[in-house]
Amino acid sequence: MPTPLVVSDVAKSFTMHLRDGIRLPVVANVSFSIKAGECAVLGGPSGAGKSSILKMVYGNYAVDQGQIIVPYGDRLVDLASADPRTVLGVRRDMIGYVSQFLRTVPRVSALDVVAEPLVARGIDRTEARDKAAALLAGLNLPERLWSLPPATFSGGEQQRVNIARGFITDHPILLLDEPTASLDAKNREVVVSMIRSKKEAGIAMLGIFHDEDVREAVADRIIDVTAFAVQGEAA
Amino acid sequence: MNMSDTPLLKVKDLSKFYGSRIGCQNVSFELWPGEVLAIVGESGSGKTTLLNCLATRLAPSAGSVEYRMRDGQFRDLYRLNEAERRFLMRTDWGFVHQNPADGLRMTVSAGANVGERLMAIGDRHYGNIRATATDWLGRVEIASDRIDDQPRAFSGGMRQRLQIARNLVTNPRLVFMDEPTGGLDVSVQARLLDLLRGLVSDLGLAAIVVTHDLAVARLLSHRMMVMKDGHIVETGLTDRVLDDPQAPYTQLLVSSILQV
Repeated sequence: MPTPLVVSDVAKSFTMHLRDGIRLPVVANVSFSIKAGECAVLGGPSGAGKSSILKMVYGNYAVDQGQIIVPYGDRLVDLASADPRTVLGVRRDMIGYVSQFLRTVPRVSALDVVAEPLVARGIDRTEARDKAAALLAGLNLPERLWSLPPATFSGGEQQRVNIARGFITDHPILLLDEPTASLDAKNREVVVSMIRSKKEAGIAMLGIFHDEDVREAVADRIIDVTAFAVQGEAA
Repeated sequence: MNMSDTPLLKVKDLSKFYGSRIGCQNVSFELWPGEVLAIVGESGSGKTTLLNCLATRLAPSAGSVEYRMRDGQFRDLYRLNEAERRFLMRTDWGFVHQNPADGLRMTVSAGANVGERLMAIGDRHYGNIRATATDWLGRVEIASDRIDDQPRAFSGGMRQRLQIARNLVTNPRLVFMDEPTGGLDVSVQARLLDLLRGLVSDLGLAAIVVTHDLAVARLLSHRMMVMKDGHIVETGLTDRVLDDPQAPYTQLLVSSILQV
Protein backbone atom coordinates (compact mmCIF):
# COMPACT_ATOMS: atom_id res chain seq x y z
CA MET A 1 0.00 0.00 0.00
CA PRO A 2 1.35 3.46 -0.87
CA THR A 3 2.06 5.96 1.90
CA PRO A 4 -1.31 7.55 2.72
CA LEU A 5 -0.03 11.12 2.84
CA VAL A 6 3.09 12.70 1.35
CA VAL A 7 3.63 16.45 1.62
CA SER A 8 6.58 17.77 -0.33
CA ASP A 9 8.05 21.25 -0.60
CA VAL A 10 4.79 22.99 0.18
CA ALA A 11 4.77 26.75 0.63
CA LYS A 12 1.97 29.06 1.73
CA SER A 13 1.60 32.78 2.04
CA PHE A 14 -1.34 35.14 2.28
CA THR A 15 -1.58 38.19 0.04
CA MET A 16 -3.79 40.83 1.61
CA HIS A 17 -5.12 42.76 -1.35
CA LEU A 18 -7.13 45.05 0.90
CA ARG A 19 -3.93 46.03 2.74
CA ASP A 20 -1.96 47.27 -0.26
CA GLY A 21 -1.14 43.73 -1.25
CA ILE A 22 1.01 42.94 1.80
CA ARG A 23 2.35 39.42 1.55
CA LEU A 24 2.40 37.38 4.74
CA PRO A 25 4.59 34.31 4.41
CA VAL A 26 3.35 31.42 6.54
CA VAL A 27 5.46 28.34 5.78
CA ALA A 28 7.86 27.12 3.10
CA ASN A 29 9.62 23.85 2.25
CA VAL A 30 7.08 21.83 4.19
CA SER A 31 7.97 18.18 3.65
CA PHE A 32 6.84 15.14 5.60
CA SER A 33 4.96 11.92 5.12
CA ILE A 34 2.71 9.88 7.34
CA LYS A 35 2.56 6.10 7.40
CA ALA A 36 -0.51 3.99 7.94
CA GLY A 37 -1.20 3.57 11.66
CA GLU A 38 0.97 6.52 12.62
CA CYS A 39 -0.12 9.65 14.49
CA ALA A 40 2.10 12.63 13.72
CA VAL A 41 1.61 15.83 15.66
CA LEU A 42 2.40 19.29 14.34
CA GLY A 43 4.38 21.13 17.00
CA GLY A 44 5.35 24.78 17.41
CA PRO A 45 4.02 28.00 18.90
CA SER A 46 0.81 29.73 17.84
CA GLY A 47 1.19 31.40 14.48
CA ALA A 48 3.84 28.96 13.28
CA GLY A 49 1.44 27.67 10.62
CA LYS A 50 0.16 24.40 12.09
CA SER A 51 -3.48 25.03 11.24
CA SER A 52 -2.57 26.32 7.79
CA ILE A 53 -0.76 23.05 7.04
CA LEU A 54 -3.76 21.03 8.18
CA LYS A 55 -6.10 23.16 6.08
CA MET A 56 -3.91 22.78 3.00
CA VAL A 57 -3.96 19.01 3.41
CA TYR A 58 -7.75 19.15 3.55
CA GLY A 59 -7.90 21.37 0.44
CA ASN A 60 -9.43 24.16 2.46
CA TYR A 61 -6.49 26.53 1.91
CA ALA A 62 -4.85 27.14 -1.43
CA VAL A 63 -1.24 25.97 -1.80
CA ASP A 64 1.30 28.35 -3.37
CA GLN A 65 3.71 25.61 -4.41
CA GLY A 66 4.63 22.01 -3.73
CA GLN A 67 2.58 18.84 -3.70
CA ILE A 68 0.24 17.01 -1.34
CA ILE A 69 -0.05 13.45 -2.57
CA VAL A 70 -2.83 11.10 -1.54
CA PRO A 71 -3.58 7.71 -3.11
CA TYR A 72 -7.10 7.76 -4.50
CA GLY A 73 -8.54 4.72 -6.21
CA ASP A 74 -5.77 3.38 -8.40
CA ARG A 75 -3.97 6.68 -8.83
CA LEU A 76 -2.13 9.32 -6.85
CA VAL A 77 -3.82 12.70 -6.52
CA ASP A 78 -2.00 15.97 -5.86
CA LEU A 79 -4.42 17.89 -3.66
CA ALA A 80 -2.45 21.09 -4.20
CA SER A 81 -3.49 21.18 -7.84
CA ALA A 82 -6.57 18.92 -8.02
CA ASP A 83 -9.86 20.31 -9.31
CA PRO A 84 -12.70 20.87 -6.81
CA ARG A 85 -14.55 17.73 -7.84
CA THR A 86 -11.51 15.57 -7.15
CA VAL A 87 -10.91 17.26 -3.80
CA LEU A 88 -14.51 16.54 -2.80
CA GLY A 89 -14.11 12.91 -3.83
CA VAL A 90 -10.87 12.58 -1.83
CA ARG A 91 -12.59 14.12 1.19
CA ARG A 92 -15.55 11.81 0.88
CA ASP A 93 -13.47 8.65 0.56
CA MET A 94 -10.01 9.32 1.97
CA ILE A 95 -9.76 12.17 4.48
CA GLY A 96 -11.66 12.70 7.71
CA TYR A 97 -11.36 16.03 9.48
CA VAL A 98 -12.14 17.13 12.99
CA SER A 99 -12.16 20.89 12.86
CA GLN A 100 -11.72 23.12 15.86
CA PHE A 101 -15.20 24.56 15.59
CA LEU A 102 -18.40 22.97 14.44
CA ARG A 103 -20.13 24.73 11.56
CA THR A 104 -23.77 24.12 12.33
CA VAL A 105 -26.60 23.97 9.85
CA PRO A 106 -30.00 25.18 11.02
CA ARG A 107 -32.49 22.43 11.86
CA VAL A 108 -30.12 19.46 11.37
CA SER A 109 -29.92 17.28 14.51
CA ALA A 110 -26.66 16.35 16.22
CA LEU A 111 -27.26 12.72 15.28
CA ASP A 112 -27.61 13.58 11.58
CA VAL A 113 -24.59 15.91 11.68
CA VAL A 114 -22.54 12.95 12.89
CA ALA A 115 -24.13 10.43 10.50
CA GLU A 116 -23.75 12.66 7.43
CA PRO A 117 -20.25 11.54 6.28
CA LEU A 118 -21.48 7.94 6.18
CA VAL A 119 -24.70 8.85 4.38
CA ALA A 120 -22.60 10.78 1.84
CA ARG A 121 -20.75 7.53 1.15
CA GLY A 122 -23.99 5.75 0.39
CA ILE A 123 -24.51 3.99 3.71
CA ASP A 124 -28.10 3.44 4.78
CA ARG A 125 -29.34 6.29 6.98
CA THR A 126 -30.59 4.02 9.78
CA GLU A 127 -27.29 2.20 9.97
CA ALA A 128 -25.40 5.51 9.90
CA ARG A 129 -27.56 6.89 12.73
CA ASP A 130 -26.97 3.76 14.84
CA LYS A 131 -23.25 4.20 14.48
CA ALA A 132 -23.56 7.92 15.24
CA ALA A 133 -25.55 7.12 18.38
CA ALA A 134 -22.91 4.68 19.57
CA LEU A 135 -20.16 7.28 19.10
CA LEU A 136 -22.09 10.04 20.87
CA ALA A 137 -22.86 7.67 23.74
CA GLY A 138 -19.17 6.75 23.99
CA LEU A 139 -18.33 10.46 24.17
CA ASN A 140 -20.86 10.92 26.99
CA LEU A 141 -23.10 13.33 25.11
CA PRO A 142 -26.49 13.18 26.88
CA GLU A 143 -29.04 11.35 24.76
CA ARG A 144 -31.62 14.13 25.15
CA LEU A 145 -29.35 16.33 22.97
CA TRP A 146 -29.04 13.96 20.03
CA SER A 147 -32.20 15.08 18.27
CA LEU A 148 -31.39 18.79 18.67
CA PRO A 149 -29.39 20.97 16.28
CA PRO A 150 -26.00 21.61 17.94
CA ALA A 151 -26.11 25.40 17.45
CA THR A 152 -27.12 25.97 21.07
CA PHE A 153 -24.77 23.36 22.59
CA SER A 154 -21.85 24.31 24.84
CA GLY A 155 -18.32 24.39 23.37
CA GLY A 156 -17.48 20.98 24.81
CA GLU A 157 -20.71 19.43 23.55
CA GLN A 158 -20.20 20.83 20.05
CA GLN A 159 -16.66 19.54 20.04
CA ARG A 160 -17.82 16.03 20.89
CA VAL A 161 -20.32 16.17 18.01
CA ASN A 162 -17.43 17.26 15.78
CA ILE A 163 -15.20 14.43 17.00
CA ALA A 164 -17.90 11.84 16.46
CA ARG A 165 -18.45 13.19 12.93
CA GLY A 166 -14.75 12.93 12.14
CA PHE A 167 -14.31 9.46 13.62
CA ILE A 168 -17.44 7.83 12.22
CA THR A 169 -15.89 6.86 8.88
CA ASP A 170 -12.97 4.56 8.24
CA HIS A 171 -11.12 7.13 6.12
CA PRO A 172 -7.44 6.14 5.76
CA ILE A 173 -6.37 9.68 6.74
CA LEU A 174 -7.69 11.63 9.71
CA LEU A 175 -6.86 15.27 10.43
CA LEU A 176 -7.33 16.49 13.99
CA ASP A 177 -7.35 20.20 14.79
CA GLU A 178 -7.20 20.42 18.59
CA PRO A 179 -9.95 17.89 19.14
CA THR A 180 -9.56 17.95 22.92
CA ALA A 181 -9.24 21.71 23.50
CA SER A 182 -12.52 22.18 25.39
CA LEU A 183 -13.05 18.73 26.86
CA ASP A 184 -12.87 17.64 30.48
CA ALA A 185 -10.36 15.00 31.64
CA LYS A 186 -12.79 12.10 31.31
CA ASN A 187 -13.71 12.89 27.71
CA ARG A 188 -10.08 13.62 26.81
CA GLU A 189 -9.36 10.05 27.86
CA VAL A 190 -12.16 8.83 25.59
CA VAL A 191 -10.65 10.70 22.64
CA VAL A 192 -7.18 9.33 23.41
CA SER A 193 -8.52 5.78 23.30
CA MET A 194 -10.44 6.54 20.08
CA ILE A 195 -7.18 7.73 18.50
CA ARG A 196 -5.43 4.55 19.66
CA SER A 197 -8.12 2.42 18.03
CA LYS A 198 -7.67 4.35 14.79
CA LYS A 199 -3.93 3.64 14.93
CA GLU A 200 -4.60 -0.05 15.37
CA ALA A 201 -6.93 0.13 12.38
CA GLY A 202 -4.03 1.51 10.32
CA ILE A 203 -5.33 5.06 9.97
CA ALA A 204 -2.73 7.76 9.27
CA MET A 205 -3.32 10.76 11.52
CA LEU A 206 -2.02 14.31 11.50
CA GLY A 207 -3.00 16.47 14.41
CA ILE A 208 -2.57 19.59 16.46
CA PHE A 209 -2.75 19.11 20.23
CA HIS A 210 -1.97 21.90 22.62
CA ASP A 211 -2.74 19.69 25.61
CA GLU A 212 0.59 18.11 26.56
CA ASP A 213 -0.87 15.03 28.26
CA VAL A 214 -2.91 14.14 25.18
CA ARG A 215 0.05 14.81 22.90
CA GLU A 216 2.29 12.57 24.99
CA ALA A 217 -0.33 9.86 24.91
CA VAL A 218 -0.98 9.79 21.16
CA ALA A 219 2.01 11.21 19.27
CA ASP A 220 4.35 8.81 17.54
CA ARG A 221 6.32 11.73 16.22
CA ILE A 222 6.37 15.53 16.48
CA ILE A 223 6.77 17.50 13.27
CA ASP A 224 8.42 20.78 14.25
CA VAL A 225 6.68 23.46 12.22
CA THR A 226 9.23 26.14 13.14
CA ALA A 227 11.59 24.30 10.79
CA PHE A 228 9.31 25.45 7.97
CA ALA A 229 9.52 29.13 8.89
CA VAL A 230 10.17 31.37 5.92
CA GLN A 231 13.80 32.48 6.06
CA GLY A 232 14.77 36.13 5.69
CA GLU A 233 11.20 37.41 5.73
CA ALA A 234 10.15 38.30 9.24
CA ALA A 235 6.38 37.99 9.53
CA MET B 1 -23.24 12.99 -3.90
CA ASN B 2 -23.58 10.78 -6.85
CA MET B 3 -21.43 12.10 -9.64
CA SER B 4 -20.93 10.18 -12.81
CA ASP B 5 -17.90 10.66 -14.99
CA THR B 6 -19.55 12.77 -17.66
CA PRO B 7 -20.54 16.39 -17.20
CA LEU B 8 -24.16 17.37 -17.54
CA LEU B 9 -23.43 20.84 -18.85
CA LYS B 10 -20.46 22.17 -20.81
CA VAL B 11 -20.15 25.92 -21.13
CA LYS B 12 -17.52 27.41 -23.40
CA ASP B 13 -16.56 31.06 -23.87
CA LEU B 14 -20.07 32.26 -23.20
CA SER B 15 -20.53 36.02 -23.65
CA LYS B 16 -23.46 38.35 -23.66
CA PHE B 17 -23.22 41.97 -24.71
CA TYR B 18 -25.90 44.61 -24.40
CA GLY B 19 -24.71 46.91 -27.18
CA SER B 20 -21.21 47.84 -26.08
CA ARG B 21 -21.90 46.99 -22.44
CA ILE B 22 -20.72 43.62 -21.10
CA GLY B 23 -23.32 41.36 -19.50
CA CYS B 24 -20.90 38.48 -19.07
CA GLN B 25 -17.75 37.61 -20.98
CA ASN B 26 -15.79 34.43 -21.78
CA VAL B 27 -17.39 32.22 -19.17
CA SER B 28 -16.34 28.56 -19.37
CA PHE B 29 -17.08 25.74 -16.93
CA GLU B 30 -18.51 22.26 -16.65
CA LEU B 31 -21.17 21.02 -14.28
CA TRP B 32 -21.48 17.38 -13.20
CA PRO B 33 -24.56 15.49 -12.05
CA GLY B 34 -25.19 16.03 -8.35
CA GLU B 35 -23.02 19.12 -8.22
CA VAL B 36 -24.24 22.44 -6.85
CA LEU B 37 -22.49 25.50 -8.26
CA ALA B 38 -22.99 28.93 -6.71
CA ILE B 39 -22.48 32.05 -8.78
CA VAL B 40 -21.83 34.96 -6.44
CA GLY B 41 -21.18 38.63 -6.93
CA GLU B 42 -22.84 41.95 -6.24
CA SER B 43 -25.76 43.49 -8.12
CA GLY B 44 -24.81 44.19 -11.72
CA SER B 45 -21.93 41.70 -11.76
CA GLY B 46 -23.61 39.73 -14.54
CA LYS B 47 -24.62 36.66 -12.57
CA THR B 48 -28.29 36.76 -13.53
CA THR B 49 -27.39 37.46 -17.17
CA LEU B 50 -25.18 34.39 -17.10
CA LEU B 51 -27.90 32.27 -15.50
CA ASN B 52 -30.42 33.36 -18.11
CA CYS B 53 -28.00 32.59 -20.94
CA LEU B 54 -27.47 29.09 -19.51
CA ALA B 55 -31.18 28.44 -19.10
CA THR B 56 -31.98 29.58 -22.68
CA ARG B 57 -33.98 32.50 -21.36
CA LEU B 58 -31.61 34.93 -23.03
CA ALA B 59 -29.68 34.45 -26.26
CA PRO B 60 -25.91 34.77 -25.74
CA SER B 61 -23.80 36.88 -28.10
CA ALA B 62 -21.07 34.26 -28.40
CA GLY B 63 -19.98 30.88 -27.07
CA SER B 64 -21.71 27.57 -26.59
CA VAL B 65 -23.71 25.72 -23.95
CA GLU B 66 -23.94 21.97 -24.39
CA TYR B 67 -26.29 19.82 -22.33
CA ARG B 68 -26.26 16.05 -22.00
CA MET B 69 -29.77 14.93 -22.93
CA ARG B 70 -31.37 11.86 -21.33
CA ASP B 71 -30.17 9.76 -24.27
CA GLY B 72 -26.56 10.62 -23.33
CA GLN B 73 -25.95 12.88 -26.33
CA PHE B 74 -24.61 16.38 -25.89
CA ARG B 75 -26.68 19.00 -27.65
CA ASP B 76 -25.96 22.67 -28.20
CA LEU B 77 -28.81 24.38 -26.40
CA TYR B 78 -29.04 27.08 -29.01
CA ARG B 79 -29.53 24.58 -31.79
CA LEU B 80 -32.41 22.72 -30.24
CA ASN B 81 -35.78 22.92 -31.89
CA GLU B 82 -38.65 24.42 -29.97
CA ALA B 83 -40.11 21.05 -28.93
CA GLU B 84 -36.79 19.89 -27.48
CA ARG B 85 -36.30 23.15 -25.67
CA ARG B 86 -39.77 22.94 -24.16
CA PHE B 87 -39.09 19.37 -23.02
CA LEU B 88 -36.06 20.64 -21.12
CA MET B 89 -37.86 23.58 -19.58
CA ARG B 90 -40.90 21.58 -18.54
CA THR B 91 -39.34 18.30 -17.47
CA ASP B 92 -35.60 17.97 -17.24
CA TRP B 93 -34.96 21.41 -15.78
CA GLY B 94 -36.34 23.59 -13.07
CA PHE B 95 -36.07 27.34 -12.70
CA VAL B 96 -36.66 28.86 -9.29
CA HIS B 97 -37.19 32.61 -9.49
CA GLN B 98 -36.40 35.06 -6.72
CA ASN B 99 -39.97 36.31 -6.81
CA PRO B 100 -42.31 33.29 -6.55
CA ALA B 101 -44.96 35.20 -8.50
CA ASP B 102 -42.68 34.91 -11.56
CA GLY B 103 -42.62 31.13 -11.32
CA LEU B 104 -46.13 30.38 -10.09
CA ARG B 105 -49.60 30.92 -11.41
CA MET B 106 -51.02 33.05 -8.66
CA THR B 107 -54.70 32.53 -9.47
CA VAL B 108 -54.84 28.74 -9.64
CA SER B 109 -54.65 26.45 -6.62
CA ALA B 110 -51.43 25.24 -5.03
CA GLY B 111 -52.27 21.70 -6.14
CA ALA B 112 -52.81 22.81 -9.73
CA ASN B 113 -49.52 24.72 -9.71
CA VAL B 114 -47.71 21.48 -8.95
CA GLY B 115 -49.97 19.33 -11.11
CA GLU B 116 -49.55 21.53 -14.17
CA ARG B 117 -45.97 20.37 -14.71
CA LEU B 118 -47.12 16.77 -14.49
CA MET B 119 -49.84 17.37 -17.06
CA ALA B 120 -47.28 19.02 -19.32
CA ILE B 121 -45.41 15.72 -19.48
CA GLY B 122 -48.56 13.77 -20.27
CA ASP B 123 -49.97 12.71 -16.93
CA ARG B 124 -53.76 12.73 -17.25
CA HIS B 125 -54.99 10.79 -14.23
CA TYR B 126 -56.54 13.32 -11.83
CA GLY B 127 -56.17 11.07 -8.78
CA ASN B 128 -52.48 10.42 -9.45
CA ILE B 129 -51.77 14.07 -10.11
CA ARG B 130 -53.49 15.14 -6.92
CA ALA B 131 -51.74 12.44 -4.89
CA THR B 132 -48.33 13.45 -6.27
CA ALA B 133 -49.11 17.12 -5.65
CA THR B 134 -50.12 16.36 -2.06
CA ASP B 135 -46.95 14.37 -1.54
CA TRP B 136 -44.82 17.23 -2.86
CA LEU B 137 -46.61 19.85 -0.77
CA GLY B 138 -45.76 17.68 2.23
CA ARG B 139 -42.12 17.47 1.21
CA VAL B 140 -41.90 21.25 1.10
CA GLU B 141 -43.75 21.47 4.41
CA ILE B 142 -47.04 22.90 3.18
CA ALA B 143 -50.04 21.46 5.06
CA SER B 144 -52.25 19.26 2.90
CA ASP B 145 -55.36 21.29 3.76
CA ARG B 146 -53.87 24.19 1.77
CA ILE B 147 -53.84 22.29 -1.52
CA ASP B 148 -56.92 24.06 -2.89
CA ASP B 149 -55.80 27.54 -1.84
CA GLN B 150 -54.26 29.95 -4.31
CA PRO B 151 -50.68 31.05 -3.74
CA ARG B 152 -52.02 34.60 -3.38
CA ALA B 153 -53.16 33.50 0.08
CA PHE B 154 -49.70 32.15 0.99
CA SER B 155 -46.88 33.89 2.85
CA GLY B 156 -43.64 34.65 0.97
CA GLY B 157 -41.88 31.64 2.43
CA MET B 158 -44.74 29.30 1.55
CA ARG B 159 -44.91 30.66 -1.99
CA GLN B 160 -41.22 29.99 -2.42
CA ARG B 161 -41.61 26.45 -1.12
CA LEU B 162 -44.51 25.93 -3.49
CA GLN B 163 -42.41 27.15 -6.39
CA ILE B 164 -39.75 24.62 -5.45
CA ALA B 165 -42.31 21.80 -5.35
CA ARG B 166 -43.64 22.85 -8.76
CA ASN B 167 -40.12 22.65 -10.17
CA LEU B 168 -39.06 19.38 -8.62
CA VAL B 169 -42.21 17.35 -9.24
CA THR B 170 -41.01 16.21 -12.68
CA ASN B 171 -37.69 14.89 -11.30
CA PRO B 172 -35.51 17.36 -13.16
CA ARG B 173 -31.77 16.71 -13.47
CA LEU B 174 -30.78 20.37 -13.37
CA VAL B 175 -32.30 23.26 -11.47
CA PHE B 176 -31.46 26.93 -11.93
CA MET B 177 -32.09 29.19 -8.95
CA ASP B 178 -31.99 32.96 -8.98
CA GLU B 179 -31.60 34.30 -5.42
CA PRO B 180 -33.94 31.62 -4.05
CA THR B 181 -33.88 33.07 -0.54
CA GLY B 182 -33.84 36.76 -1.51
CA GLY B 183 -36.60 38.82 0.04
CA LEU B 184 -37.39 36.32 2.80
CA ASP B 185 -37.07 36.83 6.55
CA VAL B 186 -33.97 35.27 8.06
CA SER B 187 -35.87 32.56 9.95
CA VAL B 188 -37.86 31.71 6.81
CA GLN B 189 -34.59 31.65 4.83
CA ALA B 190 -33.04 29.13 7.22
CA ARG B 191 -36.00 26.79 6.81
CA LEU B 192 -35.95 27.11 3.03
CA LEU B 193 -32.20 26.57 2.85
CA ASP B 194 -32.36 23.47 4.97
CA LEU B 195 -35.18 22.15 2.82
CA LEU B 196 -33.31 22.90 -0.41
CA ARG B 197 -30.13 21.36 0.92
CA GLY B 198 -31.94 18.15 1.82
CA LEU B 199 -33.83 17.91 -1.47
CA VAL B 200 -30.79 18.62 -3.61
CA SER B 201 -28.72 15.92 -1.91
CA ASP B 202 -31.53 13.35 -1.64
CA LEU B 203 -32.48 13.74 -5.30
CA GLY B 204 -28.88 14.03 -6.52
CA LEU B 205 -29.78 17.21 -8.41
CA ALA B 206 -27.34 19.39 -10.21
CA ALA B 207 -28.03 23.02 -9.48
CA ILE B 208 -26.75 26.44 -10.42
CA VAL B 209 -27.60 28.95 -7.72
CA VAL B 210 -27.17 32.67 -8.22
CA THR B 211 -26.87 34.50 -4.93
CA HIS B 212 -25.26 37.58 -3.44
CA ASP B 213 -25.39 35.92 -0.03
CA LEU B 214 -22.16 34.07 0.76
CA ALA B 215 -23.78 32.19 3.65
CA VAL B 216 -26.32 30.74 1.22
CA ALA B 217 -23.48 29.75 -1.11
CA ARG B 218 -21.59 28.08 1.74
CA LEU B 219 -24.58 26.10 2.87
CA LEU B 220 -25.82 24.95 -0.53
CA SER B 221 -22.92 24.72 -2.95
CA HIS B 222 -19.92 22.49 -3.56
CA ARG B 223 -18.21 24.91 -5.86
CA MET B 224 -18.29 28.66 -6.41
CA MET B 225 -17.68 31.16 -9.17
CA VAL B 226 -17.17 34.78 -8.18
CA MET B 227 -18.24 37.36 -10.77
CA LYS B 228 -17.35 40.99 -11.16
CA ASP B 229 -18.17 43.27 -14.07
CA GLY B 230 -19.26 40.33 -16.19
CA HIS B 231 -16.09 38.30 -15.64
CA ILE B 232 -15.31 35.28 -13.48
CA VAL B 233 -12.63 36.55 -11.09
CA GLU B 234 -12.25 33.42 -8.98
CA THR B 235 -13.50 29.87 -8.99
CA GLY B 236 -12.98 26.86 -6.74
CA LEU B 237 -14.23 24.68 -3.96
CA THR B 238 -16.75 26.70 -1.92
CA ASP B 239 -14.97 26.47 1.43
CA ARG B 240 -11.60 27.19 -0.18
CA VAL B 241 -12.89 30.34 -1.89
CA LEU B 242 -14.54 31.58 1.31
CA ASP B 243 -11.77 30.63 3.78
CA ASP B 244 -8.78 31.52 1.61
CA PRO B 245 -9.98 33.95 -1.06
CA GLN B 246 -7.31 34.80 -3.63
CA ALA B 247 -8.72 37.52 -5.86
CA PRO B 248 -8.84 41.08 -4.49
CA TYR B 249 -12.55 41.28 -5.18
CA THR B 250 -13.29 37.98 -3.39
CA GLN B 251 -11.28 39.18 -0.40
CA LEU B 252 -13.40 42.32 -0.35
CA LEU B 253 -16.64 40.32 -0.54
CA VAL B 254 -15.61 37.91 2.20
CA SER B 255 -14.34 40.68 4.48
CA SER B 256 -17.62 42.55 4.05
CA ILE B 257 -19.71 39.84 5.74
CA LEU B 258 -21.18 41.10 8.99
CA GLN B 259 -20.49 38.88 11.96
CA VAL B 260 -23.33 38.17 14.36
